[in-house]
Amino acid sequence: MALLEIQGLCKYFDGLKAVSNFSFLLNQGELAGLIGPNGAGKTTVFNLITGLYEPSAGAIRFHGEDLLQLKAYQITQCGIARTFQNIRLFNDLSVLDNVRIAFHGHVTYGMVGATLRSPSFLKRERELTEKARELLKIFNLPNRQDEVAKGLPYGEQRRLEVARALAANPKLLLLDEPAAGMNPSEVRQLMELISWVKAQFNLTILLIEHQMPVVMGCCERVTVMDFGEIIAEGTPKEIQNDPRVIEAYLGKEIV
Amino acid sequence: MKNRPWVLYLFPAFLLYLAIQGLIRYEVINPYWQQVAEYSLIVSISSLGLNIIYGYTGQFSLGHAAFFGIGAYSSALLIKALEIEGPVIFILCLFAGAILAGLVAFLVGLPILRLRSDYLGIATLGFGIMVKVALDNLDRLIPMMGGSRGMSGIPKLTTFTITYLFTILAIVVLRNFIYSSHGRACISIREDEIAAQTMGINTTKYKTIAFVMGCFYAGLAGGLYAHLYVFLHPSNFDFLKSFDPLLIVVLGGLGSMSGTIMAAIGWTFLLEGLRVILPPQILDWRMVIVPVLLIIVMLLRPQGLFGGSEFAFLKSKRVSEG
Repeated sequence: MALLEIQGLCKYFDGLKAVSNFSFLLNQGELAGLIGPNGAGKTTVFNLITGLYEPSAGAIRFHGEDLLQLKAYQITQCGIARTFQNIRLFNDLSVLDNVRIAFHGHVTYGMVGATLRSPSFLKRERELTEKARELLKIFNLPNRQDEVAKGLPYGEQRRLEVARALAANPKLLLLDEPAAGMNPSEVRQLMELISWVKAQFNLTILLIEHQMPVVMGCCERVTVMDFGEIIAEGTPKEIQNDPRVIEAYLGKEIV
Repeated sequence: MKNRPWVLYLFPAFLLYLAIQGLIRYEVINPYWQQVAEYSLIVSISSLGLNIIYGYTGQFSLGHAAFFGIGAYSSALLIKALEIEGPVIFILCLFAGAILAGLVAFLVGLPILRLRSDYLGIATLGFGIMVKVALDNLDRLIPMMGGSRGMSGIPKLTTFTITYLFTILAIVVLRNFIYSSHGRACISIREDEIAAQTMGINTTKYKTIAFVMGCFYAGLAGGLYAHLYVFLHPSNFDFLKSFDPLLIVVLGGLGSMSGTIMAAIGWTFLLEGLRVILPPQILDWRMVIVPVLLIIVMLLRPQGLFGGSEFAFLKSKRVSEG
């Protein structure tokens, strides 16, 4: 059974068709890419999956569960976490707290326990801090933990956002342009990290990307969007030679 | 401060209490200034409440004085109706007033806390005006409340000890709440509500918790206020009075407990001190001097006096020392 199942998804903003008739299947353990020119509706698809937007029509199912009935935070608790195209960290908080906030769904103590500093609170809090540190270690940020998130260099902010998303303990990870603004060597490291994390955390990943090396290098399957619709689907090789894709990216005359 | 249990921090607080109590006993602090000191602690509790709502959770509320008033009137009414006096009954009535303020906050917050923070500002502003009008006219239903003539004959039950005790309690509860996952959930809403949602945080729930908790603090402070000045008038709970805690929270630094407490105490003593220093004919200029001071502080320290930092005993344990 498919992990994520999208059928006939549409989103209209007044007259604008941001996404129309988007149908898509994602299997457990896949690493798929979503590409397309600017304004094609890729991020809108992410916003629909994560419940930030309400679709105009269509259905989204995750593990067979209807996501349209759920609020954004419930969808995250079901096991879908994401990053944002324009990085949305908790800017004024420490790197460690950014990660610890995402553990919120796994907190077992109540407010009374926290107020009284009960032993179970202290134990759980120590565990969470330890887990957060481990995550930061994986993302090569261990000595940044007390620093304020907005003070990090750009590339490290991107890595922190992925670490934070993983703290929410997802089965499906949605990455919105993880390599944006990175130089080629950083991109290479990122690709290795994505593949490693996928295996390590047993994840299914869907990523939006503009940098073709990333898409071609690590995605097993690519879906191409233009003007809110899917125009092609296939392996990276097939996509590269698809005339409709070349047309969407480069214009008609060159074809 | 490696793993020192927080209870140990209560010891210096106890010493400070003994010192002030001694100064009162030997009349170094006269009853007038004792009252000012008690009032400054009441303002601290109320402002800490607004700090939860605005400073930590980022929800703009302009109705704090209304919740303060609900706590004040309801606890005073209860005490007068019960006609029993005693510290235990008093404390129970204080909690009753605070719970009522929290309950009203819950009902007010229910429809609006799903929305962005600006709506809460407008709605609480309107609510503040409604409460003022209600207090002006409720004597028709409950004659004891006195309406626009004010409510008098409230027993003076607020003592320095009780005020101090509640201030410490308010600080400890807030500190322990903030440095937990629940507190972090509130702060994440202030930082980025959308990111908080996608990290699995029920933002409506935590906005409601913060709003109810903050108004509970206001109600508690209101009850202490009623039994300190033994006279209540609706004009004391006018929406304009909501700006006092707002100024204090901003002045002290959003999301700083130390800043709020220091600003609340400083604010109260400054207003009273000017009353002593200024000659009577320019006493009304107090309200010019204070805003000018405010503007200067905001120009020099836009992040507030404490700007998010805390006294050692209000800090969470540094992670690296964990």
